[in-house]
Amino acid sequence: MMWSNTFPQIAESTLRTLSRAIDKGYLTFSREYGAAIEAFFEPLLYFLIGFERVLLGSPWWVIIGTIGLISYAASRSWKLVLGVVLALCLIGVFGMWENTMRTMAMILVCTLLSILIGIPIGIFMSRSGRGQKIILPILDVMQTMPSFVYLIPVVMLLGIGRVPGLIAVVIYAIPPVIRLTNLGIRLVEKDALEAAEAFGASRLQKLLKVQLPLALPTIMAGINQTIMMALAMVVIASMIGVRGLGQPVLQAVTNQYFALGLFNGTAVVVLAIIFDRVTQRFGLRLQKHREGAR
Amino acid sequence: MTTDTIISIRNLYKVFGKDPAKAMRLIHQGMSKDELLEKTGHVIGLNNVSLDMERHRIQVVMGLSGSGKSTLIRHINRLIVPTAGQILVDGEDVLQLNPVALRALRRFKISMVFQKFSLFPHRSVFENVGYGLETQGATKSKIKETSMRWINRVGLAGFENHYPGQLSGGMQQRVGLARALATDADILLMDEAFSALDPLIRTEMQDVLLDLQNELQKTIVFITHDLDEALRIGDNIAILRDGEIIQSDDPQNILLKPADAYIADFMKDINRARVLRVRAIMKPLEPLDEGPVVKGTTTIEEALQIFAETSGDKLIITDRQGNRIGRLTVEDMIRGMRRPTAEEIHA
Repeated sequence: MMWSNTFPQIAESTLRTLSRAIDKGYLTFSREYGAAIEAFFEPLLYFLIGFERVLLGSPWWVIIGTIGLISYAASRSWKLVLGVVLALCLIGVFGMWENTMRTMAMILVCTLLSILIGIPIGIFMSRSGRGQKIILPILDVMQTMPSFVYLIPVVMLLGIGRVPGLIAVVIYAIPPVIRLTNLGIRLVEKDALEAAEAFGASRLQKLLKVQLPLALPTIMAGINQTIMMALAMVVIASMIGVRGLGQPVLQAVTNQYFALGLFNGTAVVVLAIIFDRVTQRFGLRLQKHREGAR
Repeated sequence: MTTDTIISIRNLYKVFGKDPAKAMRLIHQGMSKDELLEKTGHVIGLNNVSLDMERHRIQVVMGLSGSGKSTLIRHINRLIVPTAGQILVDGEDVLQLNPVALRALRRFKISMVFQKFSLFPHRSVFENVGYGLETQGATKSKIKETSMRWINRVGLAGFENHYPGQLSGGMQQRVGLARALATDADILLMDEAFSALDPLIRTEMQDVLLDLQNELQKTIVFITHDLDEALRIGDNIAILRDGEIIQSDDPQNILLKPADAYIADFMKDINRARVLRVRAIMKPLEPLDEGPVVKGTTTIEEALQIFAETSGDKLIITDRQGNRIGRLTVEDMIRGMRRPTAEEIHA
């Protein structure tokens, strides 16, 4: 065969050996350190399970009341609260309460984790040009790599269950909060920073009193996006044993239950809308200094 | 009056470009500015600037855009680090300060007012004014008391909970001024502080500043491109062109004896009657002189008004303490209005 007709690829056997070597290497690694890494993530698991128990263990009306109150505290809008309460009631009426609570626990823990890890990384990136150059392509990979691909090593390492699901969701959902924290801080007006400097502010004072507050609306947009992406990932995470609204959807796909898929899919959408509206309103309320600005 | 220098700038150079140190060596070897730009691509922002500023006085630095005046003022609190030279504040070399001492200098000794106000948009007027004190680490009650006092003093009582975005330009700069004064620093740097305001508000703010200065006796470094403003508020004016100081003098002397044609040209459009003071053109007192008594700081315009209202042909000039120090006739005033000729300038 001519080399110009088919791409001159490496020999099949070489390729197989290579794949096998990588697999074997990783397998050895996971056998060696799997237990240690699992132990490392254990507190996270307990936190997640504890949170789930609280949500599932409390009476439904306490949960709805609490969520309503949080919505009001964040948005100061009765209309929004009414919408949230109605939506949650509908979910309950259609028999998806427990799964919704599981998903909610998952999303909240994932978001919290993403914020805790993402904002410091974003701050670091905004301060270091080199850091930004290194981290940006990593974020690109995290966002474009098909999520199934990184499910494999996570499952190999930690098996099936909540923690690998959590890790997969965080990997998928964390880039927006990192990116927008970085961007927000970089976009803070140089004038305000110079003024802070002229009054003798230290680096920490500049960060806490000028950069972060002024970047907050952008950071809030990042958190909002992170929540949305975490929700989108929940269905995929159900493939590795994350319980919640994703599982019935998966079941519906494999068994062609259209209605089941529709109901649970809608519940995910409703959750997304609740999270989105509440966080966006909160972000808007943080910018009260822009009210009436010329 | 004894001279008491608070800020001393010595042989200051600022070169912009890739390798300022190399450019500096070339300058010391005598390479000219244009040659330096052409051969190495370096721009000289400040060229061998030396300037002593007196305590409790308003030092104006004047120049057109690009003359390096904003660069110069930022050297005093080291927002910009020079390529070469020395800056002494109260005898202390600002360039030798470690980060902690530099922050202390900026917190307690020097404060700043900016051209575009540079307020913090997310903080209320009250929080903006209190910012410097907060950075100093003052107690809550002190911040509250001091901030409210300055907000009232600059005429913004009742606006303390507004945000900068809700205020007009003039009001925003009042906030900027209050923020700078609240730290009780000895030195106030004002970088084209009133340039962004419209003329009427600008005059109003100049009055506010002069009024405050009467009471507070700070050392003020005031940058402007507006000669009227410079003559109105400056105790001393340094004129900067292309990064070099071409004249530094009492405003009256600059009016009467401009150092070169460039400065004279600058002053072509100035209403001399409004800025020239009788003290600068008065004649020695003669024993029998009598007439209306005016202060040495009276402008010619005001003095002519007095002539128009009274019948005498002479004015008696007094100094700050009220001692009679000179006299002035209408003819003296008319002569004083004359602009120096080109020959006189070059002499």
